[in-house]
Amino acid sequence: MPERDQAPARDPARAGKPGKAPTRDPGGKPARISATPAAREAIRRLRAARGEDLMFVQSAGCCAGSVPMCFPAGEFITGDADTLLGMVEGCPFYIDARICQSWDHPHLVLDIAPGNPEGFSLGPGGGLHFVTRMFRL
Amino acid sequence: MLYVAPGRRDSIVTVQPRYENFIGGKWLAPVEGRFRVNLTPATARPICEVADSTPADIELALDAAHAAKDEWGETSPAQRAKVLNAVADAIEAHAEMLAVTESWENGKPVRETLAADIPLAADHFRYFAAAIRAEETTITEIDKDLVAYHFREPLGVVGQIIPFNFPLLMAAWKLAPALAAGNCSVLKPASPTPWSILKLAEVIGDLLPPGVLNIVNGAGGEIGKALAANPRIAKVAFTGETVTGRLIMQYAAQNLIPVTLELGGKSPNIFFSDVMADDDDFLDKAVEGLVLYAFNKGEVCTCPSRALIQEDIYEKFMPLALARIAKIKQGNPLDTETMIGPQVSAQQLEKVSSYVEIGRAEGAEVLIGGRRAEIGGEFAGGYYYQPTVLKGHNKMRVFQEEIFGPVLAVTTFGDEAEAIEIANDTLYGLGAGVWTRDGGRAFRVGRAIKAGRVWTNCYHQYPAGAAFGGYKISGIGRETHKMMLEHYSQTKNLLVSYGTKPLGFF
Repeated sequence: MPERDQAPARDPARAGKPGKAPTRDPGGKPARISATPAAREAIRRLRAARGEDLMFVQSAGCCAGSVPMCFPAGEFITGDADTLLGMVEGCPFYIDARICQSWDHPHLVLDIAPGNPEGFSLGPGGGLHFVTRMFRL
Repeated sequence: MLYVAPGRRDSIVTVQPRYENFIGGKWLAPVEGRFRVNLTPATARPICEVADSTPADIELALDAAHAAKDEWGETSPAQRAKVLNAVADAIEAHAEMLAVTESWENGKPVRETLAADIPLAADHFRYFAAAIRAEETTITEIDKDLVAYHFREPLGVVGQIIPFNFPLLMAAWKLAPALAAGNCSVLKPASPTPWSILKLAEVIGDLLPPGVLNIVNGAGGEIGKALAANPRIAKVAFTGETVTGRLIMQYAAQNLIPVTLELGGKSPNIFFSDVMADDDDFLDKAVEGLVLYAFNKGEVCTCPSRALIQEDIYEKFMPLALARIAKIKQGNPLDTETMIGPQVSAQQLEKVSSYVEIGRAEGAEVLIGGRRAEIGGEFAGGYYYQPTVLKGHNKMRVFQEEIFGPVLAVTTFGDEAEAIEIANDTLYGLGAGVWTRDGGRAFRVGRAIKAGRVWTNCYHQYPAGAAFGGYKISGIGRETHKMMLEHYSQTKNLLVSYGTKPLGFF
């Protein structure tokens, strides 16, 4: 069963800036992210190996699309058009607000699966990559 | 005809156990000496090992490119055109070998690589060889004594990052205009398909001056930024998905360099009632036009993945299409009878399967397919998925998200206005198809769709000379047309006064 982080989502990209953290997407529905224990373990391992914080951005379209991309924290510059879905193991998880809307405000579950990461994404190693699945009860 | 798999006895493709990077006209081992296994998706077994490079290898490639750029940039257009034509001739002379290589590594059926990927790759080099010869710049007579001369100059060294779906053709799309315009390239192939371009380098490597083309293989997370954010590139070109596209633009912004991007799509393919006005060749062509979603197992940015069919013909037209889909032969990509091969990787197969499950969960009806395909024998471990059709409505996720597999989402529309509305109800704007016998309607609808390419009474043709690129989040820039030369050039203006009188200000 995927676990959800407790802390209310506070967008670290906006730390110290005025305005409220975008805990909701423009459609007004709560958007959510949770993670499987395997994904959490992978994040902890990757963070320890690299000695730096991480961030996730959900991708869409073309060859390596529809997978979450993992970068060093702050590597991918987010803006007003990005929605913070939530935090996973202390890592912010973003999605393009338009994509979030066209996917009907999903609740995503971060997991890992066989296969190397694509694009410029970091991976948990061992021939694995991060994936997102739709949350189902 | 059945081709023997690369590396086996009697194959027309030789395979070395291990491939290094191609840098400065030579094969160079990666600095840290790491290699990784490269699989064929047909059997999920290894083909060879390829370099698993680090940023140090990108720097070596940039050194080689910078050493070559001045001489190549000053080479006459006639000489550059001669080199590009020689590249095209070499591709053609080795067409069968390259086609088999490409099919085995990517999984695409060899009937496609023989008829499309490889001949087109050669033709794009010929097109840009011709374009650069015929290129003329402008002179503007500002007044009697003042003349503006415009010269086109190469940018220098460019970074090019290509996708896995057409490894050789996408390399040709990017290399031909860059080299024609006098640039040197550092090219990073996609991680799932690092090898076929190295077989191409074996064929064309000696035709290019050392350092003009440099190929570095490795994981994007390791070397992608080292190339795209490198202050030693003057331009970056990328084909892939949106997040990497944004990241590349962000790096380009930091270095203030231009960028061209070809990103995703969710292309509508619209069939108006009049396609069924007669039972003739045109109807047959339109039915095939719908089935083209399975071309290259759906791993095409312009895959016609949303079929919009006018309500009053749906009940008659769809069975014709489903009958054609049922006859698709799936199997060994090296069999010329095979029409659809495996998805390129385990990740892609997983993604396709999960999207079909999402479609089922949101109420789409599975009209055909919907499962992994069991090929058996040697191919039992291959990443095969059945050609699939889901019926639903345009708000479903399977209509909005690019699946990048042989999965068609089909729905109906009432009139022309509704067809346009549904077609444009997407974040993407790369391709579209319009099928009708009414020329006026074809024109109206084609102009109303917000996409860079609207195939009209055809689909999936990619001739050099027709501009290709995206609206909306599908990208920036237009490839496969001589206008791409502008994306790979600077304009130098010499403003020359032939007068002798001072201005009179001081």
